[in-house]
Amino acid sequence: MTTVAHRRDPRTEWIIRNRLHPQHEALFASQNGPVRGPTGLIRKNPHNVGFIGPNGLKRIDRLEGNSSNVISINRQVRQVIEPEKPLHKVEQPDFHILVVPDLAGGRLTEQDKDVLGQAHTLANVEGSKGAVVAVIFGEHRETGLDQAGVDRLIHLEGSDYEDYCPELKLAALATIEQQLSPKHWLFPDSIHGGADLGSRLAATLGERPAVQAWQVNNQQATCRAASDSIDINRETPKILLLAEECADAVDETRHEVLPVTVDELIGTQTTLTDHGFMAVDPNSIPLAEAEFILAAGNGVSNWDLFHEAAEQLGATEGASRVAVDNGHMPRFRQVGATGTWVTASVYLAVGISGAIQHMQGIGQCQTVIAINTDANCDMVKRANLSVIGDSEEVLKELLLLIKEYREALSHAA
Amino acid sequence: MQPDLKLVSLLSTGRHPKSGRACRANQDSRALELAMKTSSQVTAVHAGNPDNNVLRQYAGMGLKKIAVLDLPETADPTQSLKHYLDEQSPDIVLTGVRAEDGESSGMLPYLLSEKLGWAMVPRIAEIQSIENGKAKVLQALPRGQRRLIEVDLPFIASVDNSAAEPRQSAFGPASRATIETISTEIFTDEALAGWQLSAARKRPKRLKIAKAKTAADRFKAATAKSQSKGGTLIKDKPASEQAKAIFDLLVTESVIKQP
Ligand SMILES: Cc1cc2nc3c(=O)[nH]c(=O)nc-3n(C[C@H](O)[C@H](O)[C@H](O)COP(=O)(O)OP(=O)(O)OC[C@H]3O[C@@H](n4cnc5c(N)ncnc54)[C@H](O)[C@@H]3O)c2cc1C
Repeated sequence: MTTVAHRRDPRTEWIIRNRLHPQHEALFASQNGPVRGPTGLIRKNPHNVGFIGPNGLKRIDRLEGNSSNVISINRQVRQVIEPEKPLHKVEQPDFHILVVPDLAGGRLTEQDKDVLGQAHTLANVEGSKGAVVAVIFGEHRETGLDQAGVDRLIHLEGSDYEDYCPELKLAALATIEQQLSPKHWLFPDSIHGGADLGSRLAATLGERPAVQAWQVNNQQATCRAASDSIDINRETPKILLLAEECADAVDETRHEVLPVTVDELIGTQTTLTDHGFMAVDPNSIPLAEAEFILAAGNGVSNWDLFHEAAEQLGATEGASRVAVDNGHMPRFRQVGATGTWVTASVYLAVGISGAIQHMQGIGQCQTVIAINTDANCDMVKRANLSVIGDSEEVLKELLLLIKEYREALSHAA
Repeated sequence: MQPDLKLVSLLSTGRHPKSGRACRANQDSRALELAMKTSSQVTAVHAGNPDNNVLRQYAGMGLKKIAVLDLPETADPTQSLKHYLDEQSPDIVLTGVRAEDGESSGMLPYLLSEKLGWAMVPRIAEIQSIENGKAKVLQALPRGQRRLIEVDLPFIASVDNSAAEPRQSAFGPASRATIETISTEIFTDEALAGWQLSAARKRPKRLKIAKAKTAADRFKAATAKSQSKGGTLIKDKPASEQAKAIFDLLVTESVIKQP
């Protein structure tokens, strides 16, 4: 009888030798003494592979335990459990780096996160350790401050900070400057108020800020100037207004977010009074800039109702290609690959199936709400809130609610 | 129109977005337009070279005279402008948000406001009204929004791109206007000497880095469609309840504006 050619598997051999390996036991049991069938051939035991999953069924992990995420399968929601990131601690900071994020809409913007990342590169000096302190005015809705890299937090609460009040904020920053004498002040160079506040602080402290800085380390800062046509290389100053994508955001550590209290703030004389927002016709705002879009697709039949809803909600109107092609909406309202790429923070899609050409256009939207009759369409998969029902009925009810809301407000006023 | 109001509009050399040639700056000409619409007593001021041809382009918008503080390139204009404004004591000073040439830090209005002790309103689009020593101005915000701000005179404001378009520049008035040279003390910009200027380097595009540890994860990151991140689904409920859920979300996202 000829001997069976037996192929060596170095990996299995290594696991069998290594008693600490998680698969050692299973493999050892299966390999210990190959089982030979009546004809002398080696038999595999099919019952020895796999393991019993959480729902009692046998599962065979063909990734051999290589998948880094443990996915708990639940019929409704798939949840990816991320391993907790290590906590970055700064007990006795040698210096402080202050960051004043915009928090446009109450949340950290991408630029804010990049600026926090930049702050950490500046806090990493050989031989000493700095703490990144964020200064936040008024209420906010951000929950990921620890993930974004905030070691210390100065939260100045109060309704005074809700309006446009650069003078009040400046006074607060000047107090903080005296208390902590930070090594750097970092602001996002943005139209959300970061550039304004940073320039004010620089003028008050008599510092020359680096503006539109896009490459910064502890020695040198590179700034764009003259309509982006030249770069200025200079020593890194105390105050920096940082351009978009100046550095990578923090993403491998968690941070403490320890509260820091500020000395008593001295009231300041203000020369600016905020009288609030002016009513702007939402349809006069360019679609790409609009904050709140009500978009219609093929699932809308009552167009008068749709236009009324948009007007009452104060939303800019958008449309899918089908709605445009059918002549219900003008071409410049089309959202998507061949239309406008929108940046709305809230996108309410009525009767839009979510074809890929449409989804490309709404990639940057924060919150998507879908009204659709089909619970399995792609828009519902993308949406943060989906309502399964007829668009006409839901829009009618929504109109009633908004009218009620407006009436209650006008009575209260 | 407020004929008795004294306005100063600060002008700088612009840079044509395509050719890079010197021309009137977009925001500065909008500021000048706004000033000319607000009052008939507008002084246009440039700090720099009086022989600059670009000044004629501004003059062509209908100016009789442009005042030029004669300064070399290396001078710091803020001190000289401060002295000039102190003498003139205007009610409103208008500038652009950010110069199109030079350091373009956008600091000039802030430095002047600090030195003169006046209020500074950034990015205005319109001056609505001026009454009893107070002005109401509309500030341009992102996403096409406008904010109404009341400010005491005198003040400095920078004018946003969304202000009204500047009128055309005509050749006749441009060649008729006089350029009045004012010689002032020169304060040299010391910091400038320590800087290195170079042509703008191309900024690297940010790549999407898949933080996957295994080949299987990388494959998934490269191919997977964006799947739902656990959005809420409301099904088989009366329409009123569904509408309420949408409405509540709209309110928490604060997109419903109060009338
Ligand atoms: C080259 C190319 C470029 C394209 N570019 C774009 C683009 O830029 N933008 C774009 O939008 N499209 C674009 N398209 C078209 C795109 O592929 C889809 O055809 C289109 O987006 C579908 O539009 P829709 O969702 O409104 O219509 P449909 O796909 O017909 O979807 C209608 C949806 O409404 C729902 N519905 C029906 N009745 C009701 C009701 N009473 N109440 C509530 N819901 C209801 C249905 O369940 C369905 O989900 C492009 C296509 C091509 C080939």
